[in-house]
Amino acid sequence: MELTSRETWTLIHGLILGSLFLLAFAGGLAGLYSFRTELVTSEGIRERLFRLRVGVTGMAVLAWATVITGTWVVYPWYRESLAGKSLEACAGLQAPNDKCSPKDFLLSNTSGDTSDWHEFGMEWKEHIAWIAPMLATAAALLVLYYGRNLVTDRRLRMIVLVLFVGAFGTAAIAGLFGALITKAAPVQ
Amino acid sequence: MNVETSTPSGPPKPVPAESARPFGPAAAMLLAAGLGTFILGLLTTLAEASTGIKDGLQWNDRVGPLSGKTIIAAAVFFGGWGLLTGALRRSDPPWRTVVYATGALVALGLLMTFPTFFQAFAPD
Repeated sequence: MELTSRETWTLIHGLILGSLFLLAFAGGLAGLYSFRTELVTSEGIRERLFRLRVGVTGMAVLAWATVITGTWVVYPWYRESLAGKSLEACAGLQAPNDKCSPKDFLLSNTSGDTSDWHEFGMEWKEHIAWIAPMLATAAALLVLYYGRNLVTDRRLRMIVLVLFVGAFGTAAIAGLFGALITKAAPVQ
Repeated sequence: MNVETSTPSGPPKPVPAESARPFGPAAAMLLAAGLGTFILGLLTTLAEASTGIKDGLQWNDRVGPLSGKTIIAAAVFFGGWGLLTGALRRSDPPWRTVVYATGALVALGLLMTFPTFFQAFAPD
């Protein structure tokens, strides 16, 4: 049982950084939603605010780390052109190899109708993923700056919630396509 | 300013609140996120429509045009945040206008990063 360097980086990108971001969302959402005067005591606000600040900041950092490792480490392995324009080297393969990159493999349709996984799935994923860290950072900085004001200012709290949900939604689309594309054509 | 909170086990206790802060820094953050998203979408569509722009955005050969698109979008986000914060930090801009402008920028950015949309601009 072993993992190649490429598989390890793919795991770090998707299964560790990306999944942690998506998993932390539920906790952050609950914390933000209930961060209001009628639901928490003075002591509770103090304790929750600290947790919220650490949580949303951590999520923003995770979102940036996920897209940076995805774009600059894993994506070049996915997109390298190994099979040439004719994609002949991919013929008859069941999975990408050192002569046929995952992108080549998907575009070749050698294992079925797979080209849309690249032309729609990967094209959407690689772009929409970068919206998540911007929205997550905006939400985090608003929590850090306004802090306790969020308890009394419903409008501000709703803005942070919308940013937070937007960051999750865009990351979830990217994560879903990442998992499905990896299943169809893993980076090895 | 104190905020009254009620608890199931006793009378309301005062919650010391921080003094209200102006909306300017929030507006700066929101607009910066909107601008970053919009620029990412715009560059994605422009790169699809023009080979020259696509090549110009290829700042790293291994990553391809995505390198230029994402670096510019991130720079617009952080740069815009800094500039807008400097300009708006003590002001109270109308929040509805800021929220609508941000919503429009993010919606356009999302639209322009959607493959069915930007691939319609690809030269035949």
